[in-house]
Amino acid sequence: MSPRVLFLLLLCAVPLSLSFGLMNGSLPLAPIEVWYALLGNNEDTATEVLWQLRLPRVLAAFVCGGLLALSGVLLQALLRNPLADPYILGISGGAAVGALAAMLLGAGLATTQLSSFTGALLATVAVFGLGFQHGERNIYRLLLTGVVLSAGCGALVSLLLTLAQGEQVKGMLFWLMGDLSHAQGLPFAWFMLLAVGSCAIVWSGGLDVLAGGLDKAAALGVAVGRWQAGLYFAAAVLTVTALQLGGSIGFVGLMIPHAIRLLGVNAHRWLIPLSTLLGGSFLVLADTLARMVWSPLQLPVGIFTALLGVPVLLWLLSRRR
Amino acid sequence: MQAFLEARKLTVAIGAKMICHELDLVVRPGECWGVLGQNGVGKTTLLRTLAGLHMPQSGMVSWNGVVLTAQTRRNLARHLGVLLQNEGGEFWGSVQEYVLLGRFPHRASLFGYSVQDEALAQQALAQMELEGLAQQPYNTLSGGEQQRAAIAQTLAQQVQCYLLDEPLQHLDLRHQAQTMQVFSRLKEQGCALMMVLHDTLWAQRCCDHVLMQFADGHVLHGTAQELLTRTHLEALYQCSLRELSVEGERWFVAGV
Repeated sequence: MSPRVLFLLLLCAVPLSLSFGLMNGSLPLAPIEVWYALLGNNEDTATEVLWQLRLPRVLAAFVCGGLLALSGVLLQALLRNPLADPYILGISGGAAVGALAAMLLGAGLATTQLSSFTGALLATVAVFGLGFQHGERNIYRLLLTGVVLSAGCGALVSLLLTLAQGEQVKGMLFWLMGDLSHAQGLPFAWFMLLAVGSCAIVWSGGLDVLAGGLDKAAALGVAVGRWQAGLYFAAAVLTVTALQLGGSIGFVGLMIPHAIRLLGVNAHRWLIPLSTLLGGSFLVLADTLARMVWSPLQLPVGIFTALLGVPVLLWLLSRRR
Repeated sequence: MQAFLEARKLTVAIGAKMICHELDLVVRPGECWGVLGQNGVGKTTLLRTLAGLHMPQSGMVSWNGVVLTAQTRRNLARHLGVLLQNEGGEFWGSVQEYVLLGRFPHRASLFGYSVQDEALAQQALAQMELEGLAQQPYNTLSGGEQQRAAIAQTLAQQVQCYLLDEPLQHLDLRHQAQTMQVFSRLKEQGCALMMVLHDTLWAQRCCDHVLMQFADGHVLHGTAQELLTRTHLEALYQCSLRELSVEGERWFVAGV
């Protein structure tokens, strides 16, 4: 499919997914009600639900999906590995340990956020410091360092889950599976997405070159070391921002870039905006279903990203020659 | 004549293995160098060092009188092209997009390649007889076709000096001849070339200079005429060779 057509299709999908998210939930609203609530100054329940709950929620879902998909594209280019996702370098592991430890100690939301942020930061710095030693940019070492650190964090997460009791466990599981109900820091997240996204599009030509091999990229005039460090920190910032919004929501960062690739788009100039748009719309859809299906109970969105995405990707994969 | 590429007192070693010791080398415009040596003597490493992709133990390499390390990679890539052996890079796009990457160092706009860039990529595709495959995904090509695409990418770079690591690998006879013809034309236009070869016949036909690398790090270089002899080649490959003369050309065949 031509990237331009795909871009137009996805541009149409954005308002559709957002309105779907605004209409549905424990209190279903008709399109006309949504319209009036958005425009009017009425003081009815619909207006309150929409402005206080739904609009921030769908915007959070969209930006979170975009952040994860963009981070996935950048990491797949950096690691030159199709299995790379935003969590492969141990950033989410560090954040999970931080968040769960705070929860175990009975900390409030703000402290939990701060703690998970600290964990993510420590993991990011540790992986970069250990993986990129002596100025020698060895991608395999970086990748393995991340995977090993993730495994260590996984063990700590299991330990924390074992130590936790009753209600605590549920909160922890929601964090681990990804949950957008406590999303905070929305303006910052949008700023990061737009800033990193536009930089990535501007420098997309270098990403294409980098994906073709490190020596080749250097021979074609790319300052490989600086690019790698830049990509690593850009992806880390995106991932940390997404983790702060919705915990570790799986599947989006790994699979959305592949979905776009399977549709025949490979140039990063297109891959970046298309993945971001698709990731955003997809997460809005998944999050709305998570609110609808068991309403008024809300399920972790991570369940639905996988349930929705797996059949689509399997179909795309089997369709390919 | 001014030197394009110059190595001064260049010492390269990997671990205990000496690749070259205090090598002095000058490559001038319009020269074509053949690099010969047994497998594993470090021909690729030497080429990578000359391209600034590998740090030497001591000594320096300069391009146009300026040390490589004092130049940006981008500036260097506008003048110096490198064809690498099995890059191991995965490329997801089409052959045309792959060849177009050769224009990256010349790209004026951040947002894409110009019409001229695309025309030069097209011309390079035509030179390597790849027009028919231009729209195919790169990773569906055969080994020889991928090699031709890699050469086309380097040609699209339009540089003054080409460092080519086994440019003829995987190529069939027709494309070997055609590729060497393209290189000869570049040489006539005043470009400098340095290529790793295993075929002494192509070295005789196309190279005016030869660099021989020995296993102990000893390097012999000079004109093709004085070095492409049976004595030198037997010492280089450490086997006895038979010299045949066919239509005025000397063939060196390893004795069994």
